[in-house]
Amino acid sequence: MLKQITVTVNGAQHTAEVEPRLLLVHLIREVLNLTGTHIGCDTSSCGACTILLDGKSVKSCTILAVQANGKSVTTIEGMIQNGELHPLQEGFKENHALQCGFCTPGMIMRATELLANNPNPTEEEIRWGISGNLCRCTGYNNIVKAIEYAGAKMRGEEPASTEPQFV
Amino acid sequence: MGHSMKRKEDARFIQGKGHYVDDIKLPGMLYMDIVRSPYAYAKIKNIDTEAALKVPGVVAVVTGRDLEKYNLHWMPTLMSDTQMVLPTDTVMYQAQEVAAVIATSRYAARDGREAVLVEYEPMKPVMDPYKSLLPNAPVLRPDKPGKTDNHIWHWEVGDKEKTEAVFAKAEVVVKQDMYIPRIHVASIETCGCVADYDKVNNHLTMYMTTQAPHAIRTVIALVAGHVGLTEEKIRVISPDLGGGFGGKVPVYPGYVIAIAVSFLVGAPVKWIEDRSENLQADSFARDYHITAEMAGTKDGKILATRFKVLADHGYTDASANPSKFPTGLFSIGTGSYDYGTAYMEADAVYTNKPPGGVAYRCSFRVTEAVHAIERITDRFALEVGKDPAELRMQNFIKKEDFPWKSPTGWTYDSGDYHAGLKKAMDAIDYAGLRKEQAEKRAKGELMGIGISTFTEIVGAGPSKDFDILGIKMFDSAEIRVHPTGKAIARFGTKSQGQGHETTYAQIIAEELGIPAEHIQVEEGDTDTAPYGLGTYASRSTPTAGAAAAMAARKLRDKARKIAAYLLEVSEADLEWEPGKFFVKGAPEKVKTIQEIVFAAYTNHPQGMEAGFEATHYYDPPNLTFPSGAYICVVDVDKETGGINVRRFVAIDDCGHIINPMIVQGQVHGGLTQGIAPAMYEELIYDEAGNILNGTLMDYLVPTAVESPSWETGHVVTPSPHHPIGAKGVGESPTVGAPPAIANAIVDALSPYGITHLDIPITPFKVWKALKEKGAI
Ligand code: FES
Ligand code: FES
Repeated sequence: MLKQITVTVNGAQHTAEVEPRLLLVHLIREVLNLTGTHIGCDTSSCGACTILLDGKSVKSCTILAVQANGKSVTTIEGMIQNGELHPLQEGFKENHALQCGFCTPGMIMRATELLANNPNPTEEEIRWGISGNLCRCTGYNNIVKAIEYAGAKMRGEEPASTEPQFV
Repeated sequence: MGHSMKRKEDARFIQGKGHYVDDIKLPGMLYMDIVRSPYAYAKIKNIDTEAALKVPGVVAVVTGRDLEKYNLHWMPTLMSDTQMVLPTDTVMYQAQEVAAVIATSRYAARDGREAVLVEYEPMKPVMDPYKSLLPNAPVLRPDKPGKTDNHIWHWEVGDKEKTEAVFAKAEVVVKQDMYIPRIHVASIETCGCVADYDKVNNHLTMYMTTQAPHAIRTVIALVAGHVGLTEEKIRVISPDLGGGFGGKVPVYPGYVIAIAVSFLVGAPVKWIEDRSENLQADSFARDYHITAEMAGTKDGKILATRFKVLADHGYTDASANPSKFPTGLFSIGTGSYDYGTAYMEADAVYTNKPPGGVAYRCSFRVTEAVHAIERITDRFALEVGKDPAELRMQNFIKKEDFPWKSPTGWTYDSGDYHAGLKKAMDAIDYAGLRKEQAEKRAKGELMGIGISTFTEIVGAGPSKDFDILGIKMFDSAEIRVHPTGKAIARFGTKSQGQGHETTYAQIIAEELGIPAEHIQVEEGDTDTAPYGLGTYASRSTPTAGAAAAMAARKLRDKARKIAAYLLEVSEADLEWEPGKFFVKGAPEKVKTIQEIVFAAYTNHPQGMEAGFEATHYYDPPNLTFPSGAYICVVDVDKETGGINVRRFVAIDDCGHIINPMIVQGQVHGGLTQGIAPAMYEELIYDEAGNILNGTLMDYLVPTAVESPSWETGHVVTPSPHHPIGAKGVGESPTVGAPPAIANAIVDALSPYGITHLDIPITPFKVWKALKEKGAI
């Protein structure tokens, strides 16, 4: 009892025959071979699998592929536009907001929606905004900085210095 | 300080092009899932695989009995104990591997797993390490010949009699029992592998989440050599790792089963554990029950310390400690203080919990030791009525006394503890905070300031004492410079996010003058990289980083010879400046490193070997001793017990800094892994052996909301014995932060007579303690 679904992923339409129980994250990773979206848990806790579904950030381990039928998915692979890094991608690199990189795609996708809804968030709003995404490496300071950096860039402002600050 | 070069590895990670083990897909690859025990201690009566084998897509089900036929059902641990790969008779902890299901897809393997029927006869487990030592406790390891109790080993260090004598006469003695709970590192990527055995060539390629690929290759050869998998037939590849922190050092049964299955079935087999399996079965850290005592004078001079430990190792001793160090480097626990006498002892026991011991930003038990000394120092300060900062300043080892010999036998390389604490106090305005605290206390509000001034011990280690399964703990670097002056460098270590591709390139760049952008760093493939013991316990920069500098210096010596030949002068007439040799007094007569390297391939002196490459195996002469001064401010809500970490300043001394941005990143991450056990994380078991928080829903990994905004800084005392003066930093913050936080919370509660709380200090614990003392 396979079901046929059509999903637009990073602008390209894909049709696939899938088991109804197939998780969206497995469609993305294993059927479409877009392995930038990661899996870090089995309880919808970590956010490593976050993608955009019709522009909203969603934990793709938490919904079924069939629920994405007729919808549009953006993954980390779709963030680069015309060879240009997205300001968030740039912000993460410039501010050392990643170490092992495993949480990074999910963080960036989550931050994309965060900035879309709130282009100039406070530190507190950023921290709460990414609280569904776990990072075990960075201690979050630099992720906050990276999102602030991207926000500034997207507002057309000069971002703060990316040099590390020491007391 | 070095240069905050942006990381070379980031380009792939920010674009979703990292290459982690679960991203590997091989033709004909099968998937493995694992049936796990619901009981902590039970006899296996029967395993019925019939229904599972009928599940569409299921290819095979493997049990301990199947592995027994090949003598692959047991394996050695890194501490020379033994561990089941799959059980034949008895399960020893909840979530232990019982059988493996192999199928053509991930989903079919999971269906098959659900269909395996295991009949158990549950027994009463031993969950309490103290009860494990009672004469009526069941002997958990009858498989070990002659074993009649659950005691694993006894260890001691220091001068027992002298310490007792000091304690007997001391004006002040304080004593505190403390439990450092069992925690789990929970790197965001779990563990897994793809075992790819090629029958035709009798060759195994093992892609796996490992921090120590070379050591693992040797272990596989030791376990499977008897079935023909000898070491030259094994290639271990550790791809990008989504965090490690020590959790990817041990050999887990899943890896071995995957290899066995690939060997038997002749197809590649992928095994990726899910998060709950990872939390419930993989290596834990800590689980130390400590009694700490300190003796001193009424005016605050520390005279002696005495620590007694009961270590719960779970079902087998599988800590990844250096072989001669069953308690790891716990004996660093005399801390940053100048006193002459200490005695420490530890006993380890078996219980019905998963094995492990040091997998939480590794640290070889330094975290436990530092918690004990920093907490008991605060207790002592409270007892003698001195400010904890002042008492520390009074007792610190002085800058001029390095190298300093500790009462437990270590030689600390360098440090300036007074400068570190002073810098932290200035940065946080310590005097101002104490004033504010006094005002708040007068109003009945709870505010606390906590200090931790720790000494770390990393960079294991000198081959005289340090080995794992007999293999000495050196590490290695190989540099090959191509004719056009661009290089590839390979290492025996393995980054899990530490940024080796950048830091190592910077070290070589500093030594050779080839720009770091032109140095490609590779690790993790045993076919190409030189042998090394891997990355854990902050050893990469102290060992492999040193090897990089030494290999680069060999190349510089060769470059000098070639330059002398090209410039037709003697070697002694040449002067080096990063990137070039020039003739003394005639700087226009110069050869750049690129010209010299080109000549090494095109125009080298007669009699000299062509090419431009060097390898170095670095055996450190001593460990390195990073240190830190951390100060934390908390506000506690009296009514709810809620704790807010208002500020946290961390001053680290990790010696010479190669990339300040990367070092700061390590400190930030380590601090969050310090607040985690201090306030949130603990693996909790009930008496029946059930884990009560074995998922990420209940095991509380801090989010950005729980993490304060960290403030960091440095003092620098270069390690005198390291080629570039570096000491290592990865685990320092995780070691140093928990006592700073615990001391701050206890300080907040001290007006009500509260002198200690065990970590994790939760709002409930605080509220309960206040309630008991009648404060609310
Ligand atoms: S994989 Fe953890 S939330 Fe989706
Ligand atoms: S960078 Fe490793 S989990 Fe975030």
